[in-house]
Amino acid sequence: MSLQYLIRRLVQIVPAIAAIIVITFVIIHIAPGDPVDAVASGNGDDQYYAFMRDKFGLDEPMWTQFRTFVGNVLGGDLGVSFAQGQRVSTLIWDRLPSTLLLMGSALVLSSVGGVALGLLAAKRPFRFVDLGISTAALMGYALPVFWLAQLALLGLAFELGWFPIQGMTDARADYTGLAHYRDVAYHLVLPSLVLAVSEVALVARVARTGLIQQNGADYVRTAKSKGLSANESLLRHALPNAMLPVVTVIGGRIGSLFSGAVLVETVFGWPGMGRLLLQASENRDHPVLLGLVLVVAFSVVLANLLTDLVYAWIDPRIRFR
Amino acid sequence: MPGSTPASVSADLHALGEPLVPAGEAEDLSRRRLALRRFLRHPAGMIGLVLTTVLVALGLLADTVAPGDPFAFAGPPLSAPSAEHRFGTDNLGRDLVDAIVHGLHTSAVVVLWVVVIATVLGVMIGAVAGYRGGFVDDALMRLTELFQTIPRFFLVLFMLALFGSSFKNVILVLGLTSWPLLARVVRAEALSIRERQFVEAARSLGASNLRILTRHVLPNVVPAAVVVIALLASRIILLEASLSFLGLGDANVMSLGFLVSNAQRFIRVAWWMSVFPGATLAIAVLAVNLLADGLNDTITPNR
Repeated sequence: MSLQYLIRRLVQIVPAIAAIIVITFVIIHIAPGDPVDAVASGNGDDQYYAFMRDKFGLDEPMWTQFRTFVGNVLGGDLGVSFAQGQRVSTLIWDRLPSTLLLMGSALVLSSVGGVALGLLAAKRPFRFVDLGISTAALMGYALPVFWLAQLALLGLAFELGWFPIQGMTDARADYTGLAHYRDVAYHLVLPSLVLAVSEVALVARVARTGLIQQNGADYVRTAKSKGLSANESLLRHALPNAMLPVVTVIGGRIGSLFSGAVLVETVFGWPGMGRLLLQASENRDHPVLLGLVLVVAFSVVLANLLTDLVYAWIDPRIRFR
Repeated sequence: MPGSTPASVSADLHALGEPLVPAGEAEDLSRRRLALRRFLRHPAGMIGLVLTTVLVALGLLADTVAPGDPFAFAGPPLSAPSAEHRFGTDNLGRDLVDAIVHGLHTSAVVVLWVVVIATVLGVMIGAVAGYRGGFVDDALMRLTELFQTIPRFFLVLFMLALFGSSFKNVILVLGLTSWPLLARVVRAEALSIRERQFVEAARSLGASNLRILTRHVLPNVVPAAVVVIALLASRIILLEASLSFLGLGDANVMSLGFLVSNAQRFIRVAWWMSVFPGATLAIAVLAVNLLADGLNDTITPNR
């Protein structure tokens, strides 16, 4: 990968991060209500209000407040939770790994599963298997993820008893070492499958379209006329060239994967950012919500950057554009 | 491209092709008739249209179909589906058929308003950017892209937590965050239409920019915009439901997301509390997706 491309792409994330900071700052400042009210919950006297306004610099000019905000955000200081009294960065940092574990598993499952289904469907377009997969994908895409989670809980965990019902580990057992990892993996199966469903549907659809398109291209026909079997030409020639849109879809869905994870976590009691978000929105805990928005937004920017780099790695033409 | 549904992906991935632009009114009419005929022969699209119409009608007529307060006590709490309460009752003895119909009402009203707001914003921004080009285009499109980098779900959630989640705020916040995709598609269309001969002809006849924009550019943007709006509608149904599921909807308004979230605590004893509202939601989203797919296949045939 050319250095120039890398530098150019890195520079492009600056306005994105600036936009995230400016938009959140503007939202906070046009929101109704006095932030001190939120802390004092109606108990403070005038002196307390004056003290708090001074302490948090609420009477400073907007520009000074903005500079402080930018400094704090970039320095990783996201303030203190109203409800829990802990640092927001600590709260999020504690829960981020389990959410990322869930998202990562769903991402792998949906990428592999989606491409596999796309291959299966593209092998004989508009025939039985293809129509079945396409219909299932359409359905999978329409299912609200939180409802699907409840159905899975109801059917697979309660009725059939195949999977644990809540949480990330078995609270009664105190596993260590390998047994602990196995326990987590066992708890991970259902939430990550549920989270992966709509992504599988989307990846399968995009992979199928790309594969069918590539399969009809001249170079694939050449390969076939040289005696390559249908399977070989599909896997060796069509697949690599159909991967580009698939990568776009996977990379572009990190944001919705985050929101899906939050919803799935609340149903399965997965100890990630979802529960934090739920508590924060119930308590109107603004610092925590702001922290979550910023972390997710920055992650999405990072994911887009990675997608573009993977892109350039897959398709050399992009590097030199 | 955050959160795309299938048809929008194909719209994004394949560069927008040259639309078949009419030379005169007669051709315009026949083009419309052709598109209509194609749509009527598109089974998935027709199923989507019929289902969507039924659900919207049910929702908008909620007060006639299921009169009375959907929050009111209607029978023994947690009773299983029976002849009297066909979808059963919830933990507070509310009839789930009534609750679902009123939930559909909420979804329909939210979607309609959000679509109106997003269409006005998206079409205005997109058309101006595409038609004017140059600096205006650059500025508006950079703004749109930057807006799109912030994950919508979290942005909406944050705004509702700060501004309060009244019904009006839900609509406003969803509307104000739903225009970027539409703006981009409209811009791309306007950009290509701007170069067409009939626009040049209008200009050489002395038509003003406003006239060209409203009489020549906007009518030709409609097919592409309609597809995006249909996709938008299905996403808004899900988004509104997800917000209500997390308790960020208006607590005084019945909603499908709220019903599913309320079912969570009783899932072991009352499966019907989750199954029926959730299925309604899934059918609604599927219906609108089918409609969008049908429209994408038939009214924008060049793709």
